[in-house]
Amino acid sequence: MKDTLNIAPPVIEAEALDLVFQTADGPVQALKDVNLSIGKGDFVSFIGPSGCGKTTFLRCIAALEHPTAGRLTVNGMTPDEARRKRAYGYVFQAAGLYPWRTIAGNIRLPLEIMGFSKAEQTQRVERVLDLVDLSGFGKKFPWQLSGGMQQRASIARALAFDADILLMDEPFGALDEIVRDRLNEELLKLWARTGKTIGFVTHSIPEAVYLSTKIVVMSPRPGRITDVIDSPLPRERPLDIRDSSQFIEIAHRVREGLRAGHGDEV
Amino acid sequence: MILILAFGFWALAWGLNVAAANGPMRRSRAVRVMVPVLFGATLLVMWEAICRAGLVEPVVLPAPSAIAAKIAASPEILWADFVQTVLKGALSGFLIGTGAAMVVAVICDRVPFLRAGLLPVGNFVAALPIIGLAPILVTWFGFGWQSKAAVVVAMVFFPMLVNVVAGLASAERMQRDLMATWGASYGQSLWKLRLPAAMPFVFNGLKIAASLALIGAIVAEYFGSPVFGMGFRISTAAGVMNLELVWAEIAVAALAGSAFYGLIALIEAGVTFWHPSQRN
Repeated sequence: MKDTLNIAPPVIEAEALDLVFQTADGPVQALKDVNLSIGKGDFVSFIGPSGCGKTTFLRCIAALEHPTAGRLTVNGMTPDEARRKRAYGYVFQAAGLYPWRTIAGNIRLPLEIMGFSKAEQTQRVERVLDLVDLSGFGKKFPWQLSGGMQQRASIARALAFDADILLMDEPFGALDEIVRDRLNEELLKLWARTGKTIGFVTHSIPEAVYLSTKIVVMSPRPGRITDVIDSPLPRERPLDIRDSSQFIEIAHRVREGLRAGHGDEV
Repeated sequence: MILILAFGFWALAWGLNVAAANGPMRRSRAVRVMVPVLFGATLLVMWEAICRAGLVEPVVLPAPSAIAAKIAASPEILWADFVQTVLKGALSGFLIGTGAAMVVAVICDRVPFLRAGLLPVGNFVAALPIIGLAPILVTWFGFGWQSKAAVVVAMVFFPMLVNVVAGLASAERMQRDLMATWGASYGQSLWKLRLPAAMPFVFNGLKIAASLALIGAIVAEYFGSPVFGMGFRISTAAGVMNLELVWAEIAVAALAGSAFYGLIALIEAGVTFWHPSQRN
């Protein structure tokens, strides 16, 4: 209902998107007929088993992969144009910090590439370090920090140049449950403060339900969308919302969607 | 008598080293320096003792003291040879060869066609026996240090090239994707990601090239040189059985080679401090 009333154009729009990889074993259909519209300020999770194309779709938005058919726009542009306009920050599964640079140096790197002034660089680095709760760690090297801190630094790096869109590919997948809960909570706060549009790939049902305003359920072979759930949960979400009946209901629907997707192939 | 003393020294040094290497101080810098130094000193003492006891003819193996005396007696000859062979031949060849390899590696990296075409040819040239090439290069570039530098260039170029090309390809997929998401240009991603990531490989290449350079410069002099130079001196001195002088040249070459290698390793530790092999 909210979508039909929304007059602002979607930030990300996919229409009949297909992607076929040519491999040594013949063509593999990674994405088939994907249709999706993401509005400004949405927090969209992509969930599904491995091979369902969730990461591939995120990479298409980032112009790291190129669809073989269909239409995909980001901010009304092609993904490649959007990439050159620095429309998004991308957080990968691993922190991927450059070990020869300090934490501050890593966060400064995209700013150097984009040609921000020295003063602006320093100021922005300070601000995002503070945003991810890493103030005082700027002079450390990545390998001197824990995995959770490294991942927070990589989020800070993606935030530093203030793109409207944040794309995150299982950013907390390699972290333990406790750290993950904390980072999820922080991510929600960050989202509330910045109003960014977030695309988030995960294979954890609770994570998807807890974080998202929109949950996209996908299934493999061929990779496709089987269900899109608009979450009725409020934007303000304390951790214990996960014990509410509404939360459990949505989680149940996601699980059913995943199971149905699997049912087709067996 | 002298042998007994030497064996006594050996036993003492051995005991000391075993105690130091297993003792509570074994992680300290002093012990880590002392152990190999003591080991080397023991070798020299044993060598000296065996020579003094007359177990080997001086013509076969001169005593260390005799070699040291020779070094002290002929500094002008050794210095002139050092300048000619190490500074002019080896060092200039090393700088030209490794520098050119860096440049060609970056070009190869940019043009995949060259990488596919040049590297197999490179491997083929690297497999050529350089000793066979040396007389040819001497006829091309003359008896001076230039022909020695040319031999060194031919020796160090391809090991260095192969290392740098591998290094430029060593940045992780994710680190490259990051550069793409920031809309980085080829030059930016080369300068800020690929070259720093290649540094461990670059220094591997430099260390290999450093030892090759000295060998190349010395051996190339066997095929023609002015009347000085370490290779020239070794081959002529050996011809008149002046083995002390041969050993003196070898000692200078070993010292120069170690110092050069050590210098590169020191710079490497500073540049690639972030690499797991350098962290402590």
